[in-house]
Amino acid sequence: MKRTLPILAVLMVLLAAIAIANPHFLEPAGFLAFLKRAAPLVILAAGQYFVIVSGEFDLSVGSLVTAEVVIAARLIDGDGSATWPVIALLIVIGLLVGLVNGVVTTKLRVPSFIVTLGMLLILSGAVFLWTGGAPRGALSEGFRAFGRGGLGPVPWSVLILLAVGAAAIWLMRADFGKTLIATGDNERAAALSGVRVDRAKIIAFMLSGLAAAVAAILLGGFAGVSAQVGQGLEFSAITAVVLGGVVLGGGRGSVLAAMAGAFTLEALFTLLNLYGISGALEFTVQGVIIIAAVAAGAVHLPRMFTPRKGDAHAAS
Amino acid sequence: MPRHKATVAVFAVLVVAGCTTDKPTATTQPAAPTSSASRSAEGSGTGEQSKFFVQADFDAQLAMRAQAPQGPADKPWEQAIAPRMADTAKYKKDGPYHLCFSNAAVNNPWRQVGWKTMQAEVGLHKEITKFTTLDAEGKDDKQISDIAELQAKGCDALIVSPNTTATLTPAVTAACGKVPVIVFDRGVETDCPVTFIKPIGGYAFGADAAEFLVEKVPAGGKVLALRILPGVDVLETRWSAAKMTFDKSKVQVVGVEFTDGDAAKTKSIVSDYIQRYGKIDGVWMDAGATAVAAIEAFEDAGLPVPPINGEDQQDFLQKWKDANLTAVAPTYPTYQWRTPVIAALKILKGEEVPKAWNLPQPKVTSENLSTYLKPNMPPLHYALCGCETLPGFPEAWGGKKS
Repeated sequence: MKRTLPILAVLMVLLAAIAIANPHFLEPAGFLAFLKRAAPLVILAAGQYFVIVSGEFDLSVGSLVTAEVVIAARLIDGDGSATWPVIALLIVIGLLVGLVNGVVTTKLRVPSFIVTLGMLLILSGAVFLWTGGAPRGALSEGFRAFGRGGLGPVPWSVLILLAVGAAAIWLMRADFGKTLIATGDNERAAALSGVRVDRAKIIAFMLSGLAAAVAAILLGGFAGVSAQVGQGLEFSAITAVVLGGVVLGGGRGSVLAAMAGAFTLEALFTLLNLYGISGALEFTVQGVIIIAAVAAGAVHLPRMFTPRKGDAHAAS
Repeated sequence: MPRHKATVAVFAVLVVAGCTTDKPTATTQPAAPTSSASRSAEGSGTGEQSKFFVQADFDAQLAMRAQAPQGPADKPWEQAIAPRMADTAKYKKDGPYHLCFSNAAVNNPWRQVGWKTMQAEVGLHKEITKFTTLDAEGKDDKQISDIAELQAKGCDALIVSPNTTATLTPAVTAACGKVPVIVFDRGVETDCPVTFIKPIGGYAFGADAAEFLVEKVPAGGKVLALRILPGVDVLETRWSAAKMTFDKSKVQVVGVEFTDGDAAKTKSIVSDYIQRYGKIDGVWMDAGATAVAAIEAFEDAGLPVPPINGEDQQDFLQKWKDANLTAVAPTYPTYQWRTPVIAALKILKGEEVPKAWNLPQPKVTSENLSTYLKPNMPPLHYALCGCETLPGFPEAWGGKKS
C-alpha cells in the first residue's frame, strides 16, 4: 500500500484538475463515464503488470486487441446467437497467444522483448492480410452491450473492471503473486529455492493475453469494429504500469499501483483533451513518462530501499 | 522502445492521411505540413484560417459544384467538369497495351475499394494484355524507385497515384519524358502529366457538409467540429472550407477537436461535449470513418442525434437509414479509380482527354440515400465506387450476393 500512495496522490491531483475544468465530472454519470473509458486500459495494465513484475515485457497486447476485435466482427457478422461462442473463442485466443509468448520466452530463451515484438508484427500483419485493411462483418448488439450498456446506471465495463481488479489483487496476494515477484526479483534465487520460474512466467503472459481479450471485448463494444482499435495500447499499458511505480525488470511494485497508473494516464489524456491539446501529444507524454519514471526509479531506489545492483538498470 | 513508438505514431499519421486523399489543384501550397490547428478559443469559434488555404482553389471548387459535368450521366467516372481538352495524337499507338500503375498504398478502406475497382476496370478491356502494379506501401522513397522501375518495364502508359505531392514531383517529371503519365487522386507540382484526374476536392467536401449544418442547425446552435489531425494538407482543405461557411453563419462552433481517426476517441470526445454543454446541435466531420461512433455517443447518452455529416461508407448510411437521421454525406468518390484506366486507353488511341479531369463529386442526401445504401456490402465499403456493374461485384468488394 505504501508504494501505491504517490501514484494515488498524482491521480487525485489530476482528477481535481479535471473537475475544475469540467464540473460535470464530479456527477455520478460523469465519473462513471470516466471509469468506463478507463476500464480497458486499466485491465490491460493489470495484465501487463503480471508480465513486467516477473521481469518480462508484453508488447503484443495492442495488436492482440485489434486482432480480437476484427476476428469477433468477422465471426459474429451481426448474428446475435454467435455472441457467446465468439466471446469464449476470444478468451481462448488471448490465452493461447499468451501461452506462445510465455513458452517461447522461457523454454526457447528468446528475450520477451523480441518474442512479443515479433508477435505484435505477426498479429498486425495477419490482421492486415486477412482484412485487406478494411474489416468486414459486424458485432452483435449483445456483444456490444459489454462496452456500451450497463446494469442500470452502472456500465458493464465498470463492473467487469471491478471483478478483474479484485481478481488481480487476490492473485497477487495468493502464493502465485509471491512466486511471481520472487521470479522477477531474482530469477536464479527463486529457481534455487524451488519456484517453478518458467511456469510462473508463462502464466503471467497468459494473464496478459486474457486481459487483452477482455479489453478487446470492452473496446469493440464501446466503439465498434475498427482496424486501429488496439494501436499503441501496448505502450499505454506499459506506461501505466511504470507510472504506477512498478520497476521495469521485475520484482517490485503492486498491481493496485499499476491499475492506479492506468487511471492516472487516462486522467492525463482526458485533461489534455479538455485543454484542447492534440492527440498526437499523447505519444510524447507517454514517452516522457516512461523515461522519467525509470530514471526516477534508478535515482531514488538505492537510497530508499536496500541497494540492489542491476534491476533498475536492466530496464533501460 | 521510444523509437518504435515514434514509428507507430508516424504510421498512424500516414494511415490516417491516406484515408482521405484530396488535394487542391494549385501549385502554390506551402510544402511543409506545419501544424495549423485551429482551436476553438477565439472569435467565431473556428480559430484562424489554415495555412494550407488557397483562396483561388477554394473559389474554383465551390464554383465547380454548380457546373453540369459533361459526359454520360450514368457513368460519372467518365464525366468531366468544364474540361479543357488536351491533344494526345503524339501518343497514339496500336494495341495490345501494357499499362503500369504506381500506387501510393492500399492501407485503408478507401484505397482498398478503389484498388479493387481499378482492377475490375482493367479486366473490362481486352486490349490491355498486361497490367503491372507496384504498391509503395505509403512510402515516398519506395514510390520514387517504383516509378523508376516501371519505366524500365516497357509500359505504354503510366498511372500514378502519388503518396505526397512535392516529394513525388521530380519522379513524375522524369517519367513524363519517357511515357504518357496519368496522375490521379493527389496531384503533383508539374503539368507534364497528360491528364490529372480528381474529384472536385476537399473544399467542396467541407463546404457541402458545413452548408448542410448551417441550414439545419438553428441560429445560435452549438456545432462540434471533429477533425482527424492537424497539418495534413488533404484534411486542412476540408476544414478551411467549413470554417469559411461557419464564419458567415449564425451557428456557434463550440469546439474543433482532433480524433486521430479513432472511433473510441471520437466517441469519448463527443460524450465529453455532451456532458459539458448539455446539448450539441450539430456535428461536422472531415471524414466519415468515425461518424457512427459520434452518433452512438448521442444514443448512449439517451439524446436525439443532431444534424451530422458522414461520408459514403456503408455503416454510416445504414445508421442514417435505421435511425432516420438528419444527415448528409459529402463524398470523395472511389469511382475515380476507374477513370485513369479509361484515360490511358483514350490517350493510347490518340483521343483527346481533359488536361485537368475534374470528376463530379456528388453528395448523399436523404432523397438519394436509398440508391446508395447497399445492405449486403461490408460496413467500410464506399458506396460511390461505381463498381456495381463491374464483373465480380459484390463478392470481390467483400459483399454478399442477394
